[in-house]
Amino acid sequence: MQLYDQTVDSRLLLGTAQYPSPDILTRAIGESGTEVITVSLRRETAGGSGTRFWDILRSQNKRILPNTAGCHTAQEAITTAKMARDLFETNWIKLEVIGNADTLQPDVFGTVEAATALCADGFDVFPYTTDDLIVAEKLVDAGCRVLMPWGAPIGSGQGIRHPDALRAMRAHFPDITLIVDAGIGRPSDASKAMELGMDGVLLNTAVAKAGDPIAMAHAMSLAIQAGRISYQAGAMEPRDMAVPSTPILGLAELV
Amino acid sequence: MITIAGAGLAGLASAYELAKRGVPVRIFEAADQIGSASAARYAGGMLAPWCEAESADEAVISLGKTAAQWWAQITKVTRRGTLVVAPPRDSNELRRFADRTVQHKQCDGSKIAVLEPSLAGRFSCGLHFDQEAHLNPRRALADLARAVQALGVEITLGRPAPARVDLNCTGIKAGLTELRPVRGEMAILRAPDLQLTRTIRLLHPRFPLYVVPHGDNHYMVGATMIESNATRPPTLRSLSELFAAAYTLHPGFAEAAVIETGAGLRPAFPDNLPRLTWEGGTLYFNGLYRHGFLLAPAYAAQAATQLISETAHAHLC
Repeated sequence: MQLYDQTVDSRLLLGTAQYPSPDILTRAIGESGTEVITVSLRRETAGGSGTRFWDILRSQNKRILPNTAGCHTAQEAITTAKMARDLFETNWIKLEVIGNADTLQPDVFGTVEAATALCADGFDVFPYTTDDLIVAEKLVDAGCRVLMPWGAPIGSGQGIRHPDALRAMRAHFPDITLIVDAGIGRPSDASKAMELGMDGVLLNTAVAKAGDPIAMAHAMSLAIQAGRISYQAGAMEPRDMAVPSTPILGLAELV
Repeated sequence: MITIAGAGLAGLASAYELAKRGVPVRIFEAADQIGSASAARYAGGMLAPWCEAESADEAVISLGKTAAQWWAQITKVTRRGTLVVAPPRDSNELRRFADRTVQHKQCDGSKIAVLEPSLAGRFSCGLHFDQEAHLNPRRALADLARAVQALGVEITLGRPAPARVDLNCTGIKAGLTELRPVRGEMAILRAPDLQLTRTIRLLHPRFPLYVVPHGDNHYMVGATMIESNATRPPTLRSLSELFAAAYTLHPGFAEAAVIETGAGLRPAFPDNLPRLTWEGGTLYFNGLYRHGFLLAPAYAAQAATQLISETAHAHLC
């Protein structure tokens, strides 16, 4: 999977919040096989000067994708992105501009505004967006080469609410890396996203809040691989009629 | 003579266990007052191993289930259990919590009204962990200091410990490898309009809350869990979330007086469990995280055993 000038093998990107302990987090990261982990900046700093928690994340030897979670305006997100660039020495930024505190829907106007400014400033922007094609086009015009449409609201675990919209997005943007971000609840959701032709899946709560996060990280990894292979293999289309899987021609005539 | 650096929860509990076994102890505390610089100052004082096991290692149950008994020798412990509730919209959270925990009884609205009349009509289902307990953390720490002094332990306040001590209990200041701070923000409210008698946990996917009655209509509400070393006062965002959740639990909190707000750093190891480690002839007792009152007794007993056997060994050599 192409993420700007980097190629990664694993199609799973893993969030690092809400795990029972850093120990379980690091073991889940290992089990998931992910090469990219996200880290939230805004909330975790609380005015501090970096944290031991970040040292733990850095020591995982994964690519770090800082995010602007919790930002409600384009300006806030831009400031956070610049802070992240200094702290983690990366041009990557997962851009989140939240439009509603309850539903955590992205503010697509603010997202396009911030993406335009950040791309111009040399960032590789991974924007969290809806499945709206026109918004996606504006983000691509701004310079984004990766888009992160939602499957369902953040942390809701509702899965892929509008599969047709994601399928249309795949058809509309054949050369853009599409990663479903938000809404994945279980491995079958992740498989479904991959079967729709998404390039990857970013998830956090589904693993962090599972009864056994380490086992769930493994399950997600397998589901994403299965979904990808299924997409490439070309799944059959559903039919209205039953068709016997064993041919009936040539049956022995037992007379 | 065993010397201890730090008269917080870990230091005092260890001193108590040592003194009980007849070992002379001296504690050095850098702060001028017991508890004023201790993470325990911002604790809820819950003795709730079964609830905690929802997100913590199972060891908190085996190590923490006798904590209430231990504290009852020292301070007032209220043994009325914990009541866990969720707003109707988040009833799935209650199901999830019930699936991951043991030792609870399902309660319907009428049972909740019997347990906590203040909450009558507000929640239609909940979980009652009737084996759990709570205490007032600041009173408990002061009572523990008095108890160890009564056993002959000398506590020197306002003076940093000498370079070498037998037991180091200085929390996040110990600067141990792998030890990290987890910031917690809390508030103490005085709410005369409601009479909650046990710890209440309100489940919410984003703003979970616990309320611990500290007596005299005072309630501790907490607490955030932020991976940060910031020691500044609580943020407006954290407090507005905590207060909004408290208001959701009971509108009586709207008229509550905000007595105090505060933020502290919990020392934690990567598995979020405490550790006893030897380094250069000193035993380090650290990493109590959010389970100080719950796990200090069990680890203090282990620390005392280790120190006594180490001292005996040193005398033999």
